[in-house]
Amino acid sequence: MSTLKPVLSRTFQLMLVLWAVVTILFLMFRLMPGNPLAAYIDPTFTLEQQEQLIRQFGLDKPLLQQYFTYIGNLLQGELGYSFRYRTPVADRIWLLLPNTLILTFSSLIIAYFFGILAGAWLAWHRGSRAEAVALPVVLATRAMPEFWLGMVLLAVFSFSLGIFPAGGTRSPGTEYDSLWALYTSADFLSHLALPMLTLAIYSQGLPLLLMRSNMLDVMKEDFVTMAKVKGLSPYTIVIRHGARNALLPVMTSFAISVGYQLQGNVVVESVFSWPGLGRELVSAVSASDYPLAQGAFLMIAVVVILMNLIADLLYTFLDPRISHA
Amino acid sequence: MLEAIASRGKIRRMFGALKVPVGDNFAVAGLIIYVLFMLTAIFAPVLAPFDPTEILYSTDYELASDLLPGQEGHILGTTSLGRDIFSQIVFGARSALLVGLTAAFMVAFIGTIVGLLAGYFGGWIDMILMRLADVAFGIPFLPFVIVISAFLEPSIWNTVIAMALVLWRDTARVIRSQVLTLRSRGYVEAARVAGSSDLKIIVRHIAPNIVPLSLLYGSIAIGWAILTEASISFLGFGDPDSISWGYMLQDAFASQALSRQAYHWFIPPGMAIIFVVSAGFFISRGYENLLFPKLGR
Repeated sequence: MSTLKPVLSRTFQLMLVLWAVVTILFLMFRLMPGNPLAAYIDPTFTLEQQEQLIRQFGLDKPLLQQYFTYIGNLLQGELGYSFRYRTPVADRIWLLLPNTLILTFSSLIIAYFFGILAGAWLAWHRGSRAEAVALPVVLATRAMPEFWLGMVLLAVFSFSLGIFPAGGTRSPGTEYDSLWALYTSADFLSHLALPMLTLAIYSQGLPLLLMRSNMLDVMKEDFVTMAKVKGLSPYTIVIRHGARNALLPVMTSFAISVGYQLQGNVVVESVFSWPGLGRELVSAVSASDYPLAQGAFLMIAVVVILMNLIADLLYTFLDPRISHA
Repeated sequence: MLEAIASRGKIRRMFGALKVPVGDNFAVAGLIIYVLFMLTAIFAPVLAPFDPTEILYSTDYELASDLLPGQEGHILGTTSLGRDIFSQIVFGARSALLVGLTAAFMVAFIGTIVGLLAGYFGGWIDMILMRLADVAFGIPFLPFVIVISAFLEPSIWNTVIAMALVLWRDTARVIRSQVLTLRSRGYVEAARVAGSSDLKIIVRHIAPNIVPLSLLYGSIAIGWAILTEASISFLGFGDPDSISWGYMLQDAFASQALSRQAYHWFIPPGMAIIFVVSAGFFISRGYENLLFPKLGR
């Protein structure tokens, strides 16, 4: 297998990147002003709790030794205790991760579905008046602050028209037997609608523009000219010959988009009080809940790096023309 | 006489290298918006009818809070604290311009230097610098800027530095690959054979060819920086002493402008951001069409 080697070497490289990011995270939270213990210990913890944490994270040891303890703890999934919730950070992170992933993937799937169709359509109608209007509009959606778009949608659809709820994941007082029951309930979905729409509008620009420019490239190729000469219908040419070939780079960009989206989530989750990793990061940083902030940052970084890897691998497998020299 | 001709040639070469994208409709629209934006920032004290931070009182000595557009001479009304919204928009252009230009300069500068060194010298220098770029790609951008802005003193500079620490990566990669192709060109080989030093080859033969690329990436970074600063201010980690569009949005959000449907308060700052950032996109598209005519469409 000639493809195995690049896969392994890229995976190894990204493991190194992860290690570097973890190290930067360690230093970042040690370099902040104040007591070095403050990264893990809140003054209101009981003495026993404090001592236990000092021992667990080696906080009375030199910096280098603390670093090794930190790495060791990380490998065991040990991230410390949240100051505000008094629970292990890891538990909190696992609780919030699904909310963030649901929001991210649902909005991106909508964005890509729309972007691919609209991009192909615009490429076919190149030079038309529709294009002259659509392109600046698409570019403008890329220039919007995501949270502002969220504010506008919130004001219009929630506060003015009352169609959707203003924030959170469920109405007060509702209980569900399982997470699955919650995620499939009409209540949850109506809470999801606005943040999802916000992120979808913001992210459709990338697949749309990519699809359009790929289509324009493909439409110049000989086999498309051939299809035209054969007198095939525009539909057959666009879908069967054009879109199939233009789609590939768009699909690989999906993984990259997931990584970008997670970062953008930070503000949109805050606007809609969506209990996800991004909002947790912001509130933890504001409340000086350092262990939780560190954990949320790390989880976001892990997903970003994982998505970079997936994008690389998809590229390798889907397009054999890419060489690894 | 000869010298004058030579210097004229130099000036023309310089403009040629900068490649100001005129002739492209998008780019021209972008440039016009930019000129207006800069004029607004420069002449903010003249254009703004009020001090943007001053708490205003109406003629009957009551707090002039939550006025609607047009009331008592406030073009866009006032905030809940009685500050003039239009004046805040005008002064917001200043911090946006400051953040945009400094961040873009730093990103283009760091990225160009790194890309030049990595591409030209290759070997272990290239290896180290490109692994650093990999690491920068692995850092979640906005969370990183949030944490840095929150831990250091909240100021525009800390936000700008945090952005530059991550965003140089895209520029560096592109510049590097450009340098790799330039390095093997005939005239560079010729200069090397003729005994030119590395420094001279970089400065005279390679750098002039990558300046337009640096400018392209710099102009993209302006938009990113303004958007990021807005997010940071919106989340409450921004510079408390400066009026920015992001700060205005945070103020409106926290003052329940949404549920009170005070559209005149939170729509204008967003529109201002969209105008300036999309102008940057238009200009960079124009640049791209000039630099890579094959892609031009």
